[in-house]
Amino acid sequence: MLTPDEIQALLLSLKVSLVAVSAALPFALAAALLLARRRFVAKPLIDGALHLPLVLPPVVIGYLLLIALGTRAPVGGWLLAHLGIRFAFSWTGAALASGLITFPFQLRAIRLALEAIDGGLGQAAETLGAGRFDRFVNLTLPLALPGIVAGLITAFAASLGEFGAIITFVSNIPGETRTLPLAIYSALQTPGGEAEAARLSMLSIGLALIGMTLAEFADRRARALVGR
Amino acid sequence: MIEIAVRHDFTGFSLDAAFRIERGGITALFGPSGAGKTTLINAVAGIFRPRAGRIVVDDRVLLDSASGTFVPPRARHIGYVFQDTRLFPHMSVENNLRFGWRRAAAKASPGEFAHVLDLLGLEPLLARRPAKLSGGEKSRVALGRALLASPRLLLLDEPLAALDAARKAEILPYLERLRDEARLPMIYVTHSLDEVMRLADDLILLKDGRVAAQGRVFDLLPDLEFATAAGVSPAGAVFAATVRAQREDGLTALAFDGGELAVGRLDRPIGSRLRVRLRAEDIMLALEEPRAISANNVLPAIVTGVQPHDANVDVQLLCGGVKLVSRITRASLARLGIAAGTKLFAIVKSVTVDPQM
Repeated sequence: MLTPDEIQALLLSLKVSLVAVSAALPFALAAALLLARRRFVAKPLIDGALHLPLVLPPVVIGYLLLIALGTRAPVGGWLLAHLGIRFAFSWTGAALASGLITFPFQLRAIRLALEAIDGGLGQAAETLGAGRFDRFVNLTLPLALPGIVAGLITAFAASLGEFGAIITFVSNIPGETRTLPLAIYSALQTPGGEAEAARLSMLSIGLALIGMTLAEFADRRARALVGR
Repeated sequence: MIEIAVRHDFTGFSLDAAFRIERGGITALFGPSGAGKTTLINAVAGIFRPRAGRIVVDDRVLLDSASGTFVPPRARHIGYVFQDTRLFPHMSVENNLRFGWRRAAAKASPGEFAHVLDLLGLEPLLARRPAKLSGGEKSRVALGRALLASPRLLLLDEPLAALDAARKAEILPYLERLRDEARLPMIYVTHSLDEVMRLADDLILLKDGRVAAQGRVFDLLPDLEFATAAGVSPAGAVFAATVRAQREDGLTALAFDGGELAVGRLDRPIGSRLRVRLRAEDIMLALEEPRAISANNVLPAIVTGVQPHDANVDVQLLCGGVKLVSRITRASLARLGIAAGTKLFAIVKSVTVDPQM
């Protein structure tokens, strides 16, 4: 039904998105805590900057990553020389681009969940002897769980569709950076590739449906877990 | 011994209240909405930090603005029952109860744990989530959770205010048992005089952020000055009594500080303690001891004060060690020539006595 190349693109897409959202999660959680719990002067600016990936053309993100993290760029060169980490023309670069672009989805979902937690619960926990870290682990995290799960799944689904930033930053290398959308694009560029493009598009639609169903299910489970 | 002094300026309101609590039992912090009651106990719990103040519980300084001492809430060992209960929604009742218990410095023993469950009737609720509890059940769990953290002082912020009359009636006996059993000092915030009469031993009247009166509930409620300051009608009397005998004529005899009071049959064992409440309108006065009269209680008393109240007057009396207030018309007052120092008889019909508390 699917050719080995198509299966490769599918698996690569799943791997890239999984790594992208997992790696972005701690940063999204930290940023959400900062925006939901702290008050500081530069907050609107930081808030705006963190949401930039949502409104910037993905190509611009890809371009910025290229000039910052390309093998000859200062940061990219240093990472390669000292830590052996390479983003340019590698699937890790695709994950980085996807993670960056879908970061605001996670940030937003987690922040809303944090803001929805009744601050009085924290006070109650304090009078019962719970310190800051204790309250974070036993109150904040479990109560924000539905938001965290919703953010993860939305970001994962959005990440599967990332095209512009990936193709600009890490190019379109079969087996390395050619995810599903790039494979569809390539098929359409090839004479006689319409059937393949159609199959891959159907696959994308199926994945999206499965993702949304899972999101709904996980959301319900998580809400039941936190008693909402 | 508990020492509390808190000063803080808000826009348009300033809190400047100081008082001491010398013993266990329930101290009602009574006053109208906006008097600063909740802010004051928040400062005691440490979830609000006032500009200046000093709070000492059992020789431990929790706040002293002069020396910069501020013990954070988690280290104060002060229990807090919030008006909105604030149960953790993602935990079962059992885990809510264990939350404070696990973190307590001096952990209650398994036996004490079981005793609190028993005292508050929590056993059947343990597996449930807070969302599946009724309002009254939530209040009981919140009370149990605070108690199991082994506090030195328990703060209760209008724990009954959000409940309807039936739910209140369900919780009150638990609070009474807690008061009578535990040696734990409690500060009970309320704007309900009924709750004060029924539960409190001591009373602090807070008005506009200041302590306007403080004393024993039995002394203050029938006190004309207190009633004026608090903007309430004086109670006829509130006092403690003990069931002395079940009389053959169908009445129950209660012993109290001013003698004996006969009331309608009470199915309580002899020796059991209860509170009696009389309304000022239900106490009649006579200069001579009446003989042929239907009322069962004729109590000798002496007038200690008289205060006009519209067309009526409130006459304050002392009957043994108990303060009474009788509300009579100005005309009666003039006719009988009642003034401070007059010796007379207070007449109480058995059917008007409210011993159901």
